[in-house]
Amino acid sequence: MKLLGKYVDKGMQGNVTLMPEESEDMWHAYNLIAKGDSVRSTTIRKVQNETATGSSTSSRVRTTLTIAVESIDFDTQACVLRLKGRNIEENQYVKMGAYHTLDLELNRKFELRKPEWDTIALERIEMACDPTQSADVAAVVMQEGLAHVCLITASMTLVRSKIEVSIPRKRKGSVQQHEKGLAKFYEQVMQSILRHVNFDVVKCVLIASPGFVRDQFYDYMFQQAVKMDYKLLLDNKSKFMLVHASSGFKHSLREILQDPAVLAKMSDTKAAGEVKALEQFYMMLQCEPAKAFYGKKHVLQASESQAIETLLISDNLFRCQDVGLRKEYVNLVESVRDAGGEVKIFSSMHISGEQLAQLTGIAALLRFPMPELEDSDDDDDEDGAAGGADSDSD
Amino acid sequence: MSRHRIVRTMDYNDEYDGYDDIYGHSVEDEHCISPTDAQQWLYDRARGQQSISAFISKNKDIQEEEDDEDEDEDAAFAKARRDSESFQMPQLDEIEQAKLSSCVDEVRSVVGDAVSERRIVETSMKFDYDMQKILDEILNEETKKSAKPAVNKMKAPAAPVLPKTVSKTVPTPPPKISLKEPRRGFEIPSPKVPSSPVVSGRNTPVDISAGDDISRSSASVFKVSKEQAVRNARQLYEKERADQKSHIHMIVIGHVDAGKSTLMGHLLYDTGNVSQRVMHKHEQESKKLGKQSFMYAWVLDETGEERARGITMDVGQSRIETKTKIVTLLDAPGHKDFIPNMISGATQADVALLVVDATRGEFESGFELGGQTREHAILVRSLGVNQLGVVINKLDTVGWSQDRFTEIVTKLKSFLKLAGFKESDVSFTPCSGLTGENLTKKAQEPALTSWYSGRHLLDVIENFKIPERAIDRPLRMSVSDIYKGTGSGFCISGRVETGVLCLNDKVLVGASREQAQVKSLTMDEFPQTCVFAGDQVSVTLPALDINNVTVGCIISDPQTPIPVTTRFQARIIVFNVKVPITMGFPVLLHHQSLIEPAVVCKLTALIHKSTGEVVKKKPRCLGNNSCALVELETSRPICIERYADFKELGRVMLRVAGVTIAAGMVTKIR
Repeated sequence: MKLLGKYVDKGMQGNVTLMPEESEDMWHAYNLIAKGDSVRSTTIRKVQNETATGSSTSSRVRTTLTIAVESIDFDTQACVLRLKGRNIEENQYVKMGAYHTLDLELNRKFELRKPEWDTIALERIEMACDPTQSADVAAVVMQEGLAHVCLITASMTLVRSKIEVSIPRKRKGSVQQHEKGLAKFYEQVMQSILRHVNFDVVKCVLIASPGFVRDQFYDYMFQQAVKMDYKLLLDNKSKFMLVHASSGFKHSLREILQDPAVLAKMSDTKAAGEVKALEQFYMMLQCEPAKAFYGKKHVLQASESQAIETLLISDNLFRCQDVGLRKEYVNLVESVRDAGGEVKIFSSMHISGEQLAQLTGIAALLRFPMPELEDSDDDDDEDGAAGGADSDSD
Repeated sequence: MSRHRIVRTMDYNDEYDGYDDIYGHSVEDEHCISPTDAQQWLYDRARGQQSISAFISKNKDIQEEEDDEDEDEDAAFAKARRDSESFQMPQLDEIEQAKLSSCVDEVRSVVGDAVSERRIVETSMKFDYDMQKILDEILNEETKKSAKPAVNKMKAPAAPVLPKTVSKTVPTPPPKISLKEPRRGFEIPSPKVPSSPVVSGRNTPVDISAGDDISRSSASVFKVSKEQAVRNARQLYEKERADQKSHIHMIVIGHVDAGKSTLMGHLLYDTGNVSQRVMHKHEQESKKLGKQSFMYAWVLDETGEERARGITMDVGQSRIETKTKIVTLLDAPGHKDFIPNMISGATQADVALLVVDATRGEFESGFELGGQTREHAILVRSLGVNQLGVVINKLDTVGWSQDRFTEIVTKLKSFLKLAGFKESDVSFTPCSGLTGENLTKKAQEPALTSWYSGRHLLDVIENFKIPERAIDRPLRMSVSDIYKGTGSGFCISGRVETGVLCLNDKVLVGASREQAQVKSLTMDEFPQTCVFAGDQVSVTLPALDINNVTVGCIISDPQTPIPVTTRFQARIIVFNVKVPITMGFPVLLHHQSLIEPAVVCKLTALIHKSTGEVVKKKPRCLGNNSCALVELETSRPICIERYADFKELGRVMLRVAGVTIAAGMVTKIR
């Protein structure tokens, strides 16, 4: 993302002009834009003209529109952001108050005006514009008969394809079927890598599996690459890396990102950092349960007594439609920072963020144990449940 | 038009050529038709509507009614049809006529079209057009009709599912079929339980009314043949299997390199199930690779990968016959990464053989925390295996030392007791898989015979008790493999958990509940006509979409289909975990051969381990060795049963990152 212009006054009101450059920027834009903001961007509008005689013609014109956003749709697979809202600046084609849906496009600037910019939003812009953050990694998690080809970017984990093949088991006297099925499966995974992994961008390709599936697949892939002359694979052979994972399901990505060999290669990306932070939380919950809490009510109470050392919060909480609720979370983040605590905002598109979102979306590691919070458990039943429901609906 | 034609020179024959076969003529244009005939073809709105609506209301009853209602139902139906088709208004004077028609309209607006006009008119005249009374009368009549099926519904759960063999004592508790359980996922109009004679509690359903019954149940969504519906499983079992040895499935478990495959390979060779020639080939080939000690293991490890690496990866299967039993051997992989395969094998097993390595250091590494001896034993116990034979293998490497044997036995005994095995169900046998000592013959080695005079391994297997099979229950079969058969279509192999499956039976497959018919049944390569609970079979189901069948799905009886859900409650026991289980914890759910990602979406209560009392509601997290009620949610709908209904299908395992974190029983299905 490129920041082209920023004007925010003392009352935190103002506008920012941004230009998305890659698909991930759409994800940042999705997290920035909230209901009630106004967005100005160039778009294509179908305009109908009626002549004096009553016949009408319609034509498509490119025009610049400003809309007050009413609903936001994000397609995670295609990384397309659509904003629906009413026109608030009349021009020659579009009347005031007419509905329009803006499709934000790559490499076209848009201007975002918010009634109030909070720190979270400003941070998000900073993060989005930081070029060092981008580190693309492709990962193939597989087990016999199941594979996920994923792309891990700074703030998103995208499952590009899921391959499910039923491979016959070995049975007395006929192992050919098993081996044939396996070869077919490997072929599909390889094709999927060729199709979905852009080797210009991707720094490294992790192949993870239990047992020897990864070695078998690696051998198969490069045998085929030599045979069929897949230049793309042969040139990038050094980018492949074999890692252990316990299964071929998506959440074993978490294990992979904890692997020290992978960490060394990936340096400190956000995805790996999040996994580590969540792991720390769970370790703390195991060793000192009075120093680790989750759920809005507990965390707020801990924050009141300035006990929070690390706050883990999922970004889907900031995406909520209710302005008041968002403000509550923003205040929480700010107060933790003021008290010298660390705040980690998890991307809900990452595997660990998904888990945190399920865990009410908010968790905290404390400086000192607060067993009194644990004792007040009984009356917060509804709260925990409600928190869970919130994150579900997202 | 004719202006432009040369009419005078026109050839009329030509022009009229196609006249006769012109379309759009009605029949009567060319043929005379009598008014009564014509009436057949004409549509009378008033008449047509009523007969349809009458039919609809009757149709509802068809699925639910019981056969003794048969006659009067039919009569009622006939009457309704007569009523609506040939009813004429009574002759009345104008005022009466007006009163009547307004009355009929009023009643119609309340009761709708379900009641025939004749009935309304008759009732109205009977009560002298008093709306209140007419409605009372008509509605009472209607509720009486619908009350019957309602009673029927209530009766259904009380009747045990297959009580046809009253004489036999059924070991399984009578199933409680819950009538309407709210569940997410697919809601399929399942056939009403009482519609089949199997569940209506009759013993000899061969009379005419039974035939009727079946024709009626065929109106329901899932049809079954008469034989399938009225089959007496126990009698059939006795007829088919009386002269055969009983089947038993035995899984061989243990730490990596404990010698499971070698032990089994040697056992197969000694019992004459592997020919001399094949064995010689294995010997030569393994010698070539410099791994002669693997020659027996190669009997079961058949894939190139397994042989090259010298470890078992997937469960190998073969069978031996003893004096009284046919034993299916399942050779499980010992490597940590292949535990999912081992679990899918263990779900099929009745008894287990735990192989431990007696070599110094090896036993300890397998038995310590993180070793597979421990995990496997706990796993098979949680999967319902309660008879265990422990084989102390490779005792020749420690010179058949008795001290070593007793040391291992004492260590294992205390552990197995903790894991939940009864002492009487566990036996310990010293032997050597490679030399074949004490396998099929009594011990010869003087060093061993000096202190051991107990049973040899084959004898131990012989002495396993056959578990009771739930043959009388509705059919459930779990799919463990799908492969291309020799003939057309594909084969599904798996284990029949409960019930009976015969040729040409109709079955429902998987969570999509696709219907299919059994084309062929084979067991160990031999075609069968009937297979029973506990059998390992291959089924051919033609005309079934291969995408709808996955490893781990359940094949069930159309009359009592298996519940399909995405969310259920389970009572779990947490094992040793590194991190506690919280809400939103992603796990892998193992159910039979199925492996499915799931999320712990709610921690309902922490339970006391032995008393079952609720210790704490909504705990924040579950630590080591706790027992709790949790709710699990899967991304895709799965077939699952409550533990109380079907023990075999109500067990689940939760695993995370290659470690088994909990075992559970399904308590509630949503």
